[in-house]
Amino acid sequence: MIEAFAEFFRQFAEEYPRWNFIFFHDERQFWRVVSGFQYTVILSIACVIFSVIIGIVGAWLQGSPLKWARRLVQGYIQFFRNTPPFVQLLFFYFALGQFTPTITGPDGWTEVPLISNVGWAIISLSFFAGAFNVEIFRAGIEAVPESTTEAATSLGFTRLQTYKEVVLPLSFRVCLPALNNNLVNLVKTTTQAVGIAVPELLYECLGIWNDYPSALYPTMLFLFVSFIVLVGILVYGMHRWEKAMKIPGYGG
Amino acid sequence: MNSENWTPDQPIVSIKDVHKSFGDLEVLKGVTLDVMKGEVICIIGPSGSGKSTLIRCVNALNDIQSGSILVEGQEVHDPKLDKLELRQKVGMVFQQYNLFPHKTALENIMMAPVLVLKEDKDEVEKRARALVKKVRLEGKENNYPGELSGGQQQRVAIARSLAMRPDVMLFDEVTAALDPETVKEVLVTIKELAQDGMTCILVTHEMGFAREVADHIYFTDRGVIVEHGPPDTFFDAAKDPRTKEFLSQIL
Repeated sequence: MIEAFAEFFRQFAEEYPRWNFIFFHDERQFWRVVSGFQYTVILSIACVIFSVIIGIVGAWLQGSPLKWARRLVQGYIQFFRNTPPFVQLLFFYFALGQFTPTITGPDGWTEVPLISNVGWAIISLSFFAGAFNVEIFRAGIEAVPESTTEAATSLGFTRLQTYKEVVLPLSFRVCLPALNNNLVNLVKTTTQAVGIAVPELLYECLGIWNDYPSALYPTMLFLFVSFIVLVGILVYGMHRWEKAMKIPGYGG
Repeated sequence: MNSENWTPDQPIVSIKDVHKSFGDLEVLKGVTLDVMKGEVICIIGPSGSGKSTLIRCVNALNDIQSGSILVEGQEVHDPKLDKLELRQKVGMVFQQYNLFPHKTALENIMMAPVLVLKEDKDEVEKRARALVKKVRLEGKENNYPGELSGGQQQRVAIARSLAMRPDVMLFDEVTAALDPETVKEVLVTIKELAQDGMTCILVTHEMGFAREVADHIYFTDRGVIVEHGPPDTFFDAAKDPRTKEFLSQIL
Protein backbone atom coordinates (compact mmCIF):
# COMPACT_ATOMS: atom_id res chain seq x y z
CA MET A 1 0.00 0.00 0.00
CA ILE A 2 2.66 2.51 1.10
CA GLU A 3 4.88 1.21 -1.70
CA ALA A 4 2.07 1.83 -4.21
CA PHE A 5 1.64 5.34 -2.86
CA ALA A 6 5.38 6.07 -3.24
CA GLU A 7 5.39 4.49 -6.67
CA PHE A 8 2.54 6.71 -7.80
CA PHE A 9 4.48 9.90 -6.89
CA ARG A 10 7.65 8.51 -8.46
CA GLN A 11 5.75 8.03 -11.73
CA PHE A 12 4.13 11.43 -11.31
CA ALA A 13 7.54 13.12 -10.98
CA GLU A 14 8.73 11.40 -14.14
CA GLU A 15 5.73 12.60 -16.10
CA TYR A 16 5.70 16.14 -14.65
CA PRO A 17 9.32 16.98 -13.77
CA ARG A 18 8.44 20.18 -11.92
CA TRP A 19 6.12 18.36 -9.57
CA ASN A 20 8.49 16.02 -7.80
CA PHE A 21 6.81 15.22 -4.48
CA ILE A 22 10.10 13.81 -3.29
CA PHE A 23 9.06 13.55 0.37
CA PHE A 24 6.38 11.05 -0.66
CA HIS A 25 8.72 8.62 -2.36
CA ASP A 26 12.14 9.21 -0.81
CA GLU A 27 12.34 7.91 2.73
CA ARG A 28 15.04 10.36 3.92
CA GLN A 29 13.13 13.37 2.65
CA PHE A 30 9.95 11.97 4.19
CA TRP A 31 11.51 11.89 7.64
CA ARG A 32 12.92 15.39 7.19
CA VAL A 33 9.41 16.68 6.64
CA VAL A 34 8.03 14.69 9.59
CA SER A 35 10.76 15.96 11.89
CA GLY A 36 10.22 19.55 10.73
CA PHE A 37 6.51 19.21 11.32
CA GLN A 38 7.15 17.91 14.83
CA TYR A 39 9.36 20.88 15.66
CA THR A 40 6.74 23.28 14.35
CA VAL A 41 4.07 21.64 16.51
CA ILE A 42 6.32 21.68 19.58
CA LEU A 43 7.23 25.33 19.03
CA SER A 44 3.59 26.26 18.53
CA ILE A 45 2.29 24.46 21.61
CA ALA A 46 5.09 25.72 23.87
CA CYS A 47 4.77 29.31 22.66
CA VAL A 48 0.96 29.28 22.96
CA ILE A 49 1.16 28.04 26.55
CA PHE A 50 3.94 30.39 27.68
CA SER A 51 2.52 33.43 25.91
CA VAL A 52 -0.88 32.89 27.54
CA ILE A 53 0.77 32.58 30.96
CA ILE A 54 2.75 35.77 30.28
CA GLY A 55 -0.49 37.45 29.24
CA ILE A 56 -2.38 36.52 32.42
CA VAL A 57 0.47 37.41 34.76
CA GLY A 58 1.17 40.65 32.88
CA ALA A 59 -2.46 41.75 32.95
CA TRP A 60 -2.58 40.99 36.66
CA LEU A 61 0.60 43.02 37.27
CA GLN A 62 -0.84 45.88 35.24
CA GLY A 63 -3.68 46.15 37.76
CA SER A 64 -1.20 46.10 40.63
CA PRO A 65 -1.06 49.02 43.04
CA LEU A 66 2.75 48.98 42.72
CA LYS A 67 3.90 51.66 40.33
CA TRP A 68 7.14 49.96 39.35
CA ALA A 69 5.30 46.72 38.46
CA ARG A 70 2.94 48.58 36.14
CA ARG A 71 5.85 50.46 34.56
CA LEU A 72 7.79 47.27 34.04
CA VAL A 73 4.87 45.66 32.21
CA GLN A 74 4.34 48.81 30.16
CA GLY A 75 8.00 48.88 29.13
CA TYR A 76 7.88 45.22 28.22
CA ILE A 77 4.81 45.72 26.03
CA GLN A 78 6.28 48.76 24.29
CA PHE A 79 9.48 46.91 23.47
CA PHE A 80 8.02 43.66 22.24
CA ARG A 81 5.05 45.11 20.44
CA ASN A 82 6.92 47.85 18.63
CA THR A 83 9.91 45.91 17.33
CA PRO A 84 9.94 43.18 14.64
CA PRO A 85 9.74 39.65 16.03
CA PHE A 86 12.48 38.51 13.67
CA VAL A 87 14.89 41.10 15.06
CA GLN A 88 13.91 40.04 18.59
CA LEU A 89 14.68 36.45 17.73
CA LEU A 90 18.14 37.34 16.39
CA PHE A 91 18.77 39.55 19.41
CA PHE A 92 17.86 36.80 21.86
CA TYR A 93 19.92 34.16 20.11
CA PHE A 94 23.01 36.09 19.05
CA ALA A 95 23.20 38.80 21.72
CA LEU A 96 21.75 37.28 24.87
CA GLY A 97 22.86 33.81 23.83
CA GLN A 98 26.48 34.86 24.31
CA PHE A 99 25.96 35.48 27.99
CA THR A 100 24.23 32.23 28.87
CA PRO A 101 26.32 29.55 30.53
CA THR A 102 27.38 26.45 28.62
CA ILE A 103 27.23 22.86 29.73
CA THR A 104 29.05 19.75 28.60
CA GLY A 105 27.22 18.19 25.69
CA PRO A 106 25.98 14.60 25.37
CA ASP A 107 29.23 13.45 23.76
CA GLY A 108 31.09 14.33 26.93
CA TRP A 109 33.62 16.78 25.56
CA THR A 110 32.00 19.62 23.56
CA GLU A 111 30.54 22.62 25.34
CA VAL A 112 26.96 23.40 24.31
CA PRO A 113 24.90 26.41 25.40
CA LEU A 114 22.43 25.86 28.22
CA ILE A 115 19.66 27.28 26.08
CA SER A 116 19.56 25.81 22.57
CA ASN A 117 18.32 27.62 19.51
CA VAL A 118 14.97 25.87 20.01
CA GLY A 119 14.91 27.21 23.57
CA TRP A 120 15.63 30.75 22.41
CA ALA A 121 12.98 30.52 19.72
CA ILE A 122 10.40 29.50 22.33
CA ILE A 123 11.48 32.27 24.73
CA SER A 124 11.61 34.98 22.09
CA LEU A 125 8.32 34.10 20.39
CA SER A 126 6.53 33.65 23.71
CA PHE A 127 7.60 37.09 24.88
CA PHE A 128 6.56 38.55 21.54
CA ALA A 129 3.08 37.04 21.54
CA GLY A 130 2.83 37.51 25.33
CA ALA A 131 3.06 41.30 24.94
CA PHE A 132 -0.06 41.23 22.80
CA ASN A 133 -1.75 38.79 25.16
CA VAL A 134 -1.25 41.20 28.09
CA GLU A 135 -3.13 43.87 26.17
CA ILE A 136 -5.82 41.39 25.15
CA PHE A 137 -6.40 40.22 28.72
CA ARG A 138 -6.32 43.77 30.03
CA ALA A 139 -9.04 44.76 27.58
CA GLY A 140 -11.07 41.77 28.77
CA ILE A 141 -10.67 42.72 32.42
CA GLU A 142 -11.65 46.30 31.66
CA ALA A 143 -14.77 45.07 29.88
CA VAL A 144 -16.15 43.66 33.14
CA PRO A 145 -18.37 46.45 34.49
CA GLU A 146 -17.26 47.97 37.76
CA SER A 147 -20.82 47.62 39.02
CA THR A 148 -20.51 43.82 38.78
CA THR A 149 -17.37 43.75 40.89
CA GLU A 150 -19.00 46.22 43.25
CA ALA A 151 -21.85 43.77 43.79
CA ALA A 152 -19.28 41.14 44.72
CA THR A 153 -17.62 43.58 47.13
CA SER A 154 -20.95 44.40 48.74
CA LEU A 155 -21.52 40.68 49.33
CA GLY A 156 -18.25 40.47 51.24
CA PHE A 157 -16.03 38.95 48.54
CA THR A 158 -12.33 39.64 49.02
CA ARG A 159 -10.39 41.17 46.12
CA LEU A 160 -8.94 37.82 45.19
CA GLN A 161 -12.33 36.08 45.34
CA THR A 162 -13.82 38.79 43.15
CA TYR A 163 -10.95 38.37 40.69
CA LYS A 164 -11.10 34.61 40.61
CA GLU A 165 -14.86 34.07 40.65
CA VAL A 166 -16.17 37.06 38.74
CA VAL A 167 -13.58 39.09 36.82
CA LEU A 168 -11.53 36.30 35.25
CA PRO A 169 -14.39 34.06 34.08
CA LEU A 170 -16.14 37.03 32.50
CA SER A 171 -13.08 38.68 30.96
CA PHE A 172 -11.84 35.40 29.53
CA ARG A 173 -15.01 35.05 27.53
CA VAL A 174 -14.68 38.59 26.26
CA CYS A 175 -11.10 38.21 25.08
CA LEU A 176 -11.25 34.74 23.48
CA PRO A 177 -11.80 36.02 19.90
CA ALA A 178 -8.84 38.42 20.16
CA LEU A 179 -6.72 35.76 21.82
CA ASN A 180 -7.64 33.39 19.02
CA ASN A 181 -6.31 35.85 16.43
CA ASN A 182 -3.07 36.40 18.26
CA LEU A 183 -2.42 32.68 18.69
CA VAL A 184 -3.05 32.08 15.00
CA ASN A 185 -0.43 34.73 14.24
CA LEU A 186 1.92 33.14 16.71
CA VAL A 187 1.71 29.71 15.07
CA LYS A 188 2.55 31.27 11.72
CA THR A 189 5.38 33.33 13.21
CA THR A 190 7.13 30.17 14.41
CA THR A 191 8.49 29.86 10.83
CA GLN A 192 10.81 32.78 11.62
CA ALA A 193 12.77 30.42 13.85
CA VAL A 194 14.38 29.34 10.59
CA GLY A 195 16.56 32.45 11.06
CA ILE A 196 18.41 30.81 13.95
CA ALA A 197 18.44 27.38 12.29
CA VAL A 198 15.68 25.75 14.34
CA PRO A 199 14.90 22.65 12.23
CA GLU A 200 11.19 23.34 11.97
CA LEU A 201 9.00 22.79 8.94
CA LEU A 202 10.15 25.78 6.86
CA TYR A 203 13.82 24.97 7.59
CA GLU A 204 13.41 21.39 6.37
CA CYS A 205 11.39 22.44 3.34
CA LEU A 206 14.05 24.99 2.36
CA GLY A 207 16.61 22.22 2.64
CA ILE A 208 14.58 19.92 0.44
CA TRP A 209 14.04 22.36 -2.38
CA ASN A 210 17.68 23.42 -2.27
CA ASP A 211 18.73 19.80 -2.65
CA TYR A 212 16.04 18.97 -5.20
CA PRO A 213 15.00 21.97 -7.30
CA SER A 214 12.40 19.76 -8.97
CA ALA A 215 10.62 19.59 -5.58
CA LEU A 216 10.20 23.36 -5.22
CA TYR A 217 6.49 23.61 -6.09
CA PRO A 218 5.36 20.50 -4.21
CA THR A 219 7.28 21.52 -1.11
CA MET A 220 5.78 24.99 -1.12
CA LEU A 221 2.35 23.50 -1.62
CA PHE A 222 3.01 21.16 1.27
CA LEU A 223 4.06 24.10 3.48
CA PHE A 224 0.87 25.98 2.78
CA VAL A 225 -1.33 22.95 3.32
CA SER A 226 0.46 22.07 6.57
CA PHE A 227 -0.15 25.51 8.04
CA ILE A 228 -3.74 25.61 6.87
CA VAL A 229 -4.28 22.31 8.70
CA LEU A 230 -2.35 23.34 11.82
CA VAL A 231 -4.04 26.71 12.18
CA GLY A 232 -7.35 25.11 11.25
CA ILE A 233 -7.04 22.71 14.18
CA LEU A 234 -6.20 25.58 16.53
CA VAL A 235 -9.11 27.71 15.33
CA TYR A 236 -11.50 24.77 15.52
CA GLY A 237 -10.42 24.07 19.10
CA MET A 238 -10.73 27.71 20.10
CA HIS A 239 -14.22 27.95 18.59
CA ARG A 240 -15.33 24.81 20.36
CA TRP A 241 -14.04 26.30 23.59
CA GLU A 242 -15.75 29.61 22.93
CA LYS A 243 -19.01 27.79 22.33
CA ALA A 244 -18.65 25.64 25.43
CA MET A 245 -18.12 28.74 27.55
CA LYS A 246 -21.00 30.70 26.09
CA ILE A 247 -23.51 31.85 28.68
CA PRO A 248 -27.16 31.74 27.66
CA GLY A 249 -28.47 35.27 27.20
CA TYR A 250 -25.09 36.93 27.66
CA GLY A 251 -23.12 38.73 24.96
CA GLY A 252 -23.32 38.07 21.25
CA MET B 1 -20.40 53.33 71.71
CA ASN B 2 -19.13 50.11 70.16
CA SER B 3 -20.69 46.92 68.93
CA GLU B 4 -20.35 45.13 72.27
CA ASN B 5 -22.72 47.43 74.12
CA TRP B 6 -25.12 48.05 71.25
CA THR B 7 -28.64 47.00 72.14
CA PRO B 8 -31.59 46.63 69.76
CA ASP B 9 -33.38 49.63 71.27
CA GLN B 10 -30.65 51.89 69.92
CA PRO B 11 -30.61 52.91 66.24
CA ILE B 12 -29.38 50.05 64.06
CA VAL B 13 -27.97 52.58 61.63
CA SER B 14 -26.90 55.93 62.97
CA ILE B 15 -25.60 58.56 60.57
CA LYS B 16 -24.16 61.71 62.16
CA ASP B 17 -23.05 64.86 60.36
CA VAL B 18 -21.61 63.00 57.40
CA HIS B 19 -19.59 64.97 54.84
CA LYS B 20 -18.52 63.40 51.60
CA SER B 21 -16.75 64.93 48.61
CA PHE B 22 -15.73 63.67 45.22
CA GLY B 23 -12.72 65.87 44.55
CA ASP B 24 -13.88 69.45 44.88
CA LEU B 25 -17.53 68.52 44.70
CA GLU B 26 -19.13 68.16 48.10
CA VAL B 27 -21.97 65.70 47.73
CA LEU B 28 -23.01 65.29 51.34
CA LYS B 29 -22.87 68.37 53.54
CA GLY B 30 -23.63 67.16 57.00
CA VAL B 31 -26.32 64.49 56.90
CA THR B 32 -27.75 63.09 60.11
CA LEU B 33 -30.36 60.38 60.40
CA ASP B 34 -31.17 57.37 62.57
CA VAL B 35 -32.86 54.13 61.62
CA MET B 36 -34.33 51.83 64.24
CA LYS B 37 -34.48 48.08 63.92
CA GLY B 38 -37.40 46.98 61.77
CA GLU B 39 -37.94 50.47 60.44
CA VAL B 40 -38.40 51.23 56.75
CA ILE B 41 -37.14 54.60 55.63
CA CYS B 42 -37.27 56.14 52.18
CA ILE B 43 -34.85 58.74 50.95
CA ILE B 44 -36.21 60.83 48.11
CA GLY B 45 -34.98 63.88 46.28
CA PRO B 46 -33.87 65.20 42.90
CA SER B 47 -31.05 63.42 41.08
CA GLY B 48 -27.63 64.51 42.17
CA SER B 49 -28.83 65.30 45.66
CA GLY B 50 -26.58 62.66 47.23
CA LYS B 51 -29.15 59.96 48.06
CA SER B 52 -27.30 57.08 46.47
CA THR B 53 -23.96 58.27 47.77
CA LEU B 54 -25.40 58.32 51.28
CA ILE B 55 -26.50 54.70 51.28
CA ARG B 56 -23.33 53.59 49.53
CA CYS B 57 -21.45 55.07 52.47
CA VAL B 58 -23.46 52.89 54.85
CA ASN B 59 -21.81 49.70 53.59
CA ALA B 60 -18.46 51.38 52.93
CA LEU B 61 -18.61 51.25 49.14
CA ASN B 62 -17.78 54.95 49.40
CA ASP B 63 -15.65 56.47 52.12
CA ILE B 64 -16.53 59.69 53.96
CA GLN B 65 -14.52 62.78 54.82
CA SER B 66 -15.98 63.44 58.25
CA GLY B 67 -18.82 62.50 60.55
CA SER B 68 -19.71 58.99 61.62
CA ILE B 69 -21.84 56.10 60.45
CA LEU B 70 -22.60 53.42 63.01
CA VAL B 71 -24.12 50.08 62.09
CA GLU B 72 -25.16 48.19 65.20
CA GLY B 73 -22.87 50.47 67.16
CA GLN B 74 -19.87 49.82 64.97
CA GLU B 75 -18.12 52.64 63.14
CA VAL B 76 -18.23 51.83 59.42
CA HIS B 77 -15.38 54.13 58.50
CA ASP B 78 -12.98 52.90 61.10
CA PRO B 79 -9.93 51.70 59.13
CA LYS B 80 -9.68 48.72 61.49
CA LEU B 81 -13.23 47.65 60.72
CA ASP B 82 -13.75 44.10 59.51
CA LYS B 83 -15.48 44.89 56.23
CA LEU B 84 -16.61 41.31 55.86
CA GLU B 85 -18.55 41.52 59.11
CA LEU B 86 -20.15 44.78 57.99
CA ARG B 87 -21.18 43.40 54.63
CA GLN B 88 -22.69 40.39 56.27
CA LYS B 89 -24.89 42.70 58.30
CA VAL B 90 -25.76 45.10 55.49
CA GLY B 91 -27.16 43.80 52.21
CA MET B 92 -27.38 45.99 49.15
CA VAL B 93 -29.46 45.88 45.98
CA PHE B 94 -28.47 48.04 43.01
CA GLN B 95 -30.28 49.87 40.27
CA GLN B 96 -28.70 47.70 37.57
CA TYR B 97 -29.20 44.42 39.52
CA ASN B 98 -25.48 43.59 38.92
CA LEU B 99 -26.01 39.83 38.94
CA PHE B 100 -23.10 37.62 37.97
CA PRO B 101 -23.97 36.84 34.35
CA HIS B 102 -22.01 33.57 34.22
CA LYS B 103 -23.92 31.99 37.10
CA THR B 104 -27.49 30.73 37.20
CA ALA B 105 -30.06 32.40 39.42
CA LEU B 106 -29.57 29.76 42.11
CA GLU B 107 -25.76 29.96 41.89
CA ASN B 108 -25.93 33.74 42.18
CA ILE B 109 -27.83 33.37 45.43
CA MET B 110 -25.57 30.62 46.79
CA MET B 111 -22.20 32.11 45.89
CA ALA B 112 -21.64 34.53 48.77
CA PRO B 113 -22.68 32.23 51.65
CA VAL B 114 -20.56 29.40 50.26
CA LEU B 115 -17.50 31.48 49.36
CA VAL B 116 -17.55 34.22 51.95
CA LEU B 117 -19.21 32.58 54.94
CA LYS B 118 -17.84 29.11 54.05
CA GLU B 119 -21.18 27.55 54.87
CA ASP B 120 -22.14 24.02 53.92
CA LYS B 121 -23.21 23.87 50.29
CA ASP B 122 -26.29 21.66 50.77
CA GLU B 123 -27.46 23.82 53.62
CA VAL B 124 -27.03 26.96 51.54
CA GLU B 125 -28.84 25.38 48.61
CA LYS B 126 -31.85 24.64 50.79
CA ARG B 127 -31.92 28.22 51.96
CA ALA B 128 -31.41 29.52 48.42
CA ARG B 129 -34.36 27.46 47.16
CA ALA B 130 -36.52 28.85 49.94
CA LEU B 131 -35.47 32.35 48.93
CA VAL B 132 -36.28 31.65 45.28
CA LYS B 133 -39.74 30.71 46.44
CA LYS B 134 -40.00 33.80 48.58
CA VAL B 135 -39.28 36.09 45.64
CA ARG B 136 -41.64 34.00 43.48
CA LEU B 137 -39.13 32.71 40.96
CA GLU B 138 -39.76 28.98 41.19
CA GLY B 139 -38.79 27.31 37.95
CA LYS B 140 -36.18 29.97 37.14
CA GLU B 141 -33.46 28.54 39.40
CA ASN B 142 -31.34 27.30 36.53
CA ASN B 143 -31.81 30.25 34.23
CA TYR B 144 -28.95 32.63 33.64
CA PRO B 145 -29.51 36.35 34.33
CA GLY B 146 -29.50 37.07 30.60
CA GLU B 147 -32.55 34.87 30.22
CA LEU B 148 -34.57 36.72 32.85
CA SER B 149 -36.53 39.95 32.64
CA GLY B 150 -35.33 43.00 34.54
CA GLY B 151 -37.87 42.50 37.28
CA GLN B 152 -36.91 38.84 37.66
CA GLN B 153 -33.22 39.72 37.77
CA GLN B 154 -33.86 42.32 40.42
CA ARG B 155 -35.72 39.76 42.53
CA VAL B 156 -32.78 37.36 42.17
CA ALA B 157 -30.54 40.23 43.34
CA ILE B 158 -32.75 40.73 46.38
CA ALA B 159 -32.63 37.00 47.17
CA ARG B 160 -28.84 37.05 46.69
CA SER B 161 -28.50 39.75 49.33
CA LEU B 162 -30.93 38.00 51.68
CA ALA B 163 -28.92 34.80 51.47
CA MET B 164 -26.28 36.48 53.62
CA ARG B 165 -28.96 36.96 56.32
CA PRO B 166 -28.37 40.70 56.70
CA ASP B 167 -29.87 42.83 59.46
CA VAL B 168 -30.26 45.86 57.21
CA MET B 169 -31.09 46.05 53.52
CA LEU B 170 -30.13 48.99 51.31
CA PHE B 171 -32.08 49.52 48.09
CA ASP B 172 -30.51 51.94 45.62
CA GLU B 173 -33.21 53.00 43.14
CA VAL B 174 -33.94 49.38 42.47
CA THR B 175 -36.89 49.98 40.17
CA ALA B 176 -35.40 52.87 38.20
CA ALA B 177 -34.08 50.65 35.40
CA LEU B 178 -37.16 48.44 35.13
CA ASP B 179 -39.97 48.36 32.61
CA PRO B 180 -43.13 49.79 34.17
CA GLU B 181 -44.91 46.44 34.13
CA THR B 182 -42.18 44.72 36.17
CA VAL B 183 -41.80 47.47 38.76
CA LYS B 184 -44.74 46.17 40.73
CA GLU B 185 -43.42 42.64 41.25
CA VAL B 186 -40.22 44.04 42.73
CA LEU B 187 -42.07 46.47 44.97
CA VAL B 188 -44.31 43.67 46.24
CA THR B 189 -41.21 41.68 47.16
CA ILE B 190 -39.73 44.61 49.07
CA LYS B 191 -43.03 45.28 50.79
CA GLU B 192 -43.24 41.70 52.01
CA LEU B 193 -39.71 41.99 53.27
CA ALA B 194 -40.62 45.12 55.20
CA GLN B 195 -43.68 43.40 56.64
CA ASP B 196 -41.43 40.56 57.85
CA GLY B 197 -39.61 43.15 59.94
CA MET B 198 -36.50 43.70 57.85
CA THR B 199 -34.85 47.06 58.39
CA CYS B 200 -34.84 48.75 55.00
CA ILE B 201 -33.28 51.93 53.70
CA LEU B 202 -34.61 52.76 50.26
CA VAL B 203 -33.60 55.38 47.77
CA THR B 204 -36.57 55.63 45.48
CA HIS B 205 -38.56 57.67 43.02
CA GLU B 206 -41.72 55.63 43.60
CA MET B 207 -43.67 58.09 45.71
CA GLY B 208 -46.81 55.99 46.02
CA PHE B 209 -44.72 53.08 47.22
CA ALA B 210 -42.76 55.26 49.65
CA ARG B 211 -45.97 56.53 51.14
CA GLU B 212 -47.32 53.01 51.51
CA VAL B 213 -44.35 51.20 53.07
CA ALA B 214 -42.15 53.81 54.70
CA ASP B 215 -42.20 54.63 58.40
CA HIS B 216 -40.26 57.76 57.73
CA ILE B 217 -39.44 59.82 54.65
CA TYR B 218 -36.32 61.90 54.20
CA PHE B 219 -36.11 64.51 51.47
CA THR B 220 -32.57 65.42 50.39
CA ASP B 221 -31.47 68.21 48.12
CA ARG B 222 -27.93 69.41 47.33
CA GLY B 223 -26.34 67.25 49.98
CA VAL B 224 -28.52 68.07 52.96
CA ILE B 225 -31.72 66.67 54.44
CA VAL B 226 -34.24 69.40 53.78
CA GLU B 227 -37.23 67.88 55.48
CA HIS B 228 -38.31 64.61 57.01
CA GLY B 229 -41.30 63.10 58.69
CA PRO B 230 -43.83 60.27 58.66
CA PRO B 231 -45.28 59.73 55.18
CA ASP B 232 -48.69 61.28 55.76
CA THR B 233 -47.37 64.52 57.24
CA PHE B 234 -44.57 64.62 54.73
CA PHE B 235 -46.69 64.21 51.61
CA ASP B 236 -49.74 66.17 52.76
CA ALA B 237 -48.20 68.96 54.75
CA ALA B 238 -44.70 69.59 53.47
CA LYS B 239 -43.34 72.82 54.89
CA ASP B 240 -40.15 73.58 53.04
CA PRO B 241 -40.56 75.30 49.65
CA ARG B 242 -37.96 73.01 48.07
CA THR B 243 -39.89 69.93 49.17
CA LYS B 244 -43.11 71.42 47.90
CA GLU B 245 -41.57 72.20 44.55
CA PHE B 246 -40.14 68.69 44.22
CA LEU B 247 -43.41 67.04 45.18
CA SER B 248 -45.40 69.22 42.81
CA GLN B 249 -43.14 68.14 39.96
CA ILE B 250 -43.33 64.49 40.73
CA LEU B 251 -46.84 63.83 42.00
